[in-house]
Amino acid sequence: MSMDLSEFYEVFFEECYEGLEVMEQGLLNLDVGDADVEAVNTIFRAAHSIKGGSATFDFNHIASFTHVMETLLDQMRSGERRVTVAAVDLLLESVDCLREMIDATRAEEPIDQARVDDLQQRLQAMLAQGDDGEAPDAPAPAAEPALERHGFRIRFVPNEDLLQSGNDPYRLLRELGRLGDMKVRCDLSRVPPLDKLDPTRSYLGWDIELEGDVEEEEIHELFAWVEGDCELVITPLSEAEGAPVAHTAPDTTPDTAQPEAPAEAPPAAAAPSEAEAGTGQGAAEAGDGQARAAAAARPADKPRAPAAAKKPAKAKGKGGESSSIRVAIEKIDTLINLVGELVITQSMLGQFAEDFDMSQIEQLRDGLSQLSRNSRELQETAMQIRMLPISSAFNRFPRMIRDLSAKLGKKVELRITGENTELDKTVLEKITDPLVHLVRNSLDHGLETPEERRKVGKPETGVLELKAYHEGGNIVIEVVDDGAGLNTEKIKAKALEKGLIGPDDKLTEEEINNLIFQPGFSTADKVSDVSGRGVGMDVVRRNINDLGGQVYVTSERGKGSTLTIRLPLTLAIIDGQLVKVGSEVYVIPLLSIDESLQVNPDNINRYKGTLDLYKLREEYIPIINLPEMFDIEPNAKRLADGLLVVVQSERRRVGLFVDELLGQQQVVIKSLEKNFRKLQGFSGATILGDGTVSLIIDVPGLVRQHLQGASTPDPRTLAA
Amino acid sequence: MTRILAVDDSESMRKMVTFTLERAGFETEEAADGVEALDKAQKENFDLVITDINMPEMDGITLIRRLRSLPDYRFRPILTLTTEGSPEKKREGREAGATGWIVKPFDPDVLIQTIRKVL
Repeated sequence: MSMDLSEFYEVFFEECYEGLEVMEQGLLNLDVGDADVEAVNTIFRAAHSIKGGSATFDFNHIASFTHVMETLLDQMRSGERRVTVAAVDLLLESVDCLREMIDATRAEEPIDQARVDDLQQRLQAMLAQGDDGEAPDAPAPAAEPALERHGFRIRFVPNEDLLQSGNDPYRLLRELGRLGDMKVRCDLSRVPPLDKLDPTRSYLGWDIELEGDVEEEEIHELFAWVEGDCELVITPLSEAEGAPVAHTAPDTTPDTAQPEAPAEAPPAAAAPSEAEAGTGQGAAEAGDGQARAAAAARPADKPRAPAAAKKPAKAKGKGGESSSIRVAIEKIDTLINLVGELVITQSMLGQFAEDFDMSQIEQLRDGLSQLSRNSRELQETAMQIRMLPISSAFNRFPRMIRDLSAKLGKKVELRITGENTELDKTVLEKITDPLVHLVRNSLDHGLETPEERRKVGKPETGVLELKAYHEGGNIVIEVVDDGAGLNTEKIKAKALEKGLIGPDDKLTEEEINNLIFQPGFSTADKVSDVSGRGVGMDVVRRNINDLGGQVYVTSERGKGSTLTIRLPLTLAIIDGQLVKVGSEVYVIPLLSIDESLQVNPDNINRYKGTLDLYKLREEYIPIINLPEMFDIEPNAKRLADGLLVVVQSERRRVGLFVDELLGQQQVVIKSLEKNFRKLQGFSGATILGDGTVSLIIDVPGLVRQHLQGASTPDPRTLAA
Repeated sequence: MTRILAVDDSESMRKMVTFTLERAGFETEEAADGVEALDKAQKENFDLVITDINMPEMDGITLIRRLRSLPDYRFRPILTLTTEGSPEKKREGREAGATGWIVKPFDPDVLIQTIRKVL
């Protein structure tokens, strides 16, 4: 088969993921009892699509697994089976398994066959159970239940000269096999002895049982080209027939254990030869009309590993990262309009290049400012294109919370607001894991058990809120629970024990609470497998910092906790404040800057001999001496001659000492790792208008570094 | 690489077929009538031939009969392009030895699906 379908694969996979989400959300919202037909139908249709698509692309393992799920769903939508918690749970597990199968197929990796088989068996077992939940009588787990089977019995006997028209029974059987589960038995009665056998004539006939959601119309259509040239008899499968022992799970590798004569077809399923050799040859090779062919042919089947090898090498990232994105067409239209305006501006400016004299300077300036406007609008729109609603990150939580709360024995109501808030696709992909960890944490440590809640007068069902909204140039995500809140005392004790703070350090309650983000910190008494291994929160903070964002916690004992994540809307471009340190120019992200001020020498205090503090109104802020840190000769010889840029990260503030402030401008972030290597204290670099390279200061990193565990000192402990 | 010969006296039709097939990864050659088609078919080996019926010089039916008499094309899939409401044409094609038919105007996806079934 020489057709290259690889360009269509990615679209198919995306459709599968969408379908899986529909199924999952649908299943979660399904009411137990008599099925809401429309709701089940939606889930059914999603499964049906996935099945159809995967069959088209020859991903037969996916198709057949989905088929079993579809059968169960079909029973529910037709009213044959009521919706039970057990059924929904099993289907949810199957959705997971299906998702993994698709991930694996897409990454061209082997699938977990044991898991697939297990789930398939359980699905079959459930199908075998009647609606009243009685276990089947048959002892063998793979035993076929006496079900009403939907499908047709087909007798297909081509006329001897069918091959002359270029038609090939092998292809017809192959296509038939795509419509459902097929069992084929070959009728060899007309095969003449070898010396009389003409390889260009067809002597075979087939008795086929086709099971599945097939219409007779479809079968007729398939045989349309040959209907005049063969015997074709189609009858519906009868009810409650004693099914043959062979299992209907078509994914299982066809084996010779079937007691009936296996189907006959060209021996190499993987190498469909020219129609010339055709079926006649195959029969001859099988020898003497004996009915045992080496492998019962399932023409549409492909063994899994070779199938993976056959697919063109298209390395795709694992998990949710794909290299395509769906964009609302309006965004594209806006982009195109803006590009149009840019072109107009450019041609207008181009005219000045022809012959220019100073009298036109005003017009030139106007043109340039127009250009600047166009660029800015274009850039904003382009960034918008990369933005997706956060709902795709939030969507996994209903399911996760359902499973987790069951496991932990807690009752949780999940409320989501702002799921349409948009953020950059890359940021979205990277924020999902940290979010999962934070939610798990809230569920595990924040929310109490129903009994505990009752004791303190709270409703038994705890509330977990996920909120997202835009603020300034950021997106803010909050994970709010109405649980027990953080135990500040316990945290303080643990921090003391770990040496993160000294016994004399005075910290506010909030500062203590935020110590949970320090490495190695975990106050969980025992490590639950949900969270509590102590490696979580600091990794979460680091990951969020790496995205240019911040995370902190606020909590009230007994009332609950709120975890706040603040992320920039884009990774690539920021508004920056240029500062001069000595002869070097650096960029400080504008969003991190609270204020800038001239240093008043009276407000400088030396703390413990090493740390300089600046008294800013009521607060004492550590000073980070940038020239010293970067080993640059500053112009300001004393602190008092320079400026202090007060920056904040995670609600902690420091002052950056610089020589002077230069302008503010938008700055395109260039990666240091990609072009050079990672540098401590810098989050990237940019190229200024004059072509020089300017490093961008990593504010969260600096803050973290300089305030490692350390508190903002109590003014009372300072020497007067 | 699968090679297909598309035969039709209408250039736009040929172009459309070629475009659809090549986008799906098939190498496609064109011929404007039966004579040209026969000539090309004998010079190179095609895995599949799609032909219109009404053409000057040599029509599709004759082309199919002649192709069938060539040893290389005795069992090759040959499809005719026919309009919907002409079962006689379909039958005529079959009797001449055509494998099957594709209805025109055709839906590109249906064309590709049909061809995949036949290859």
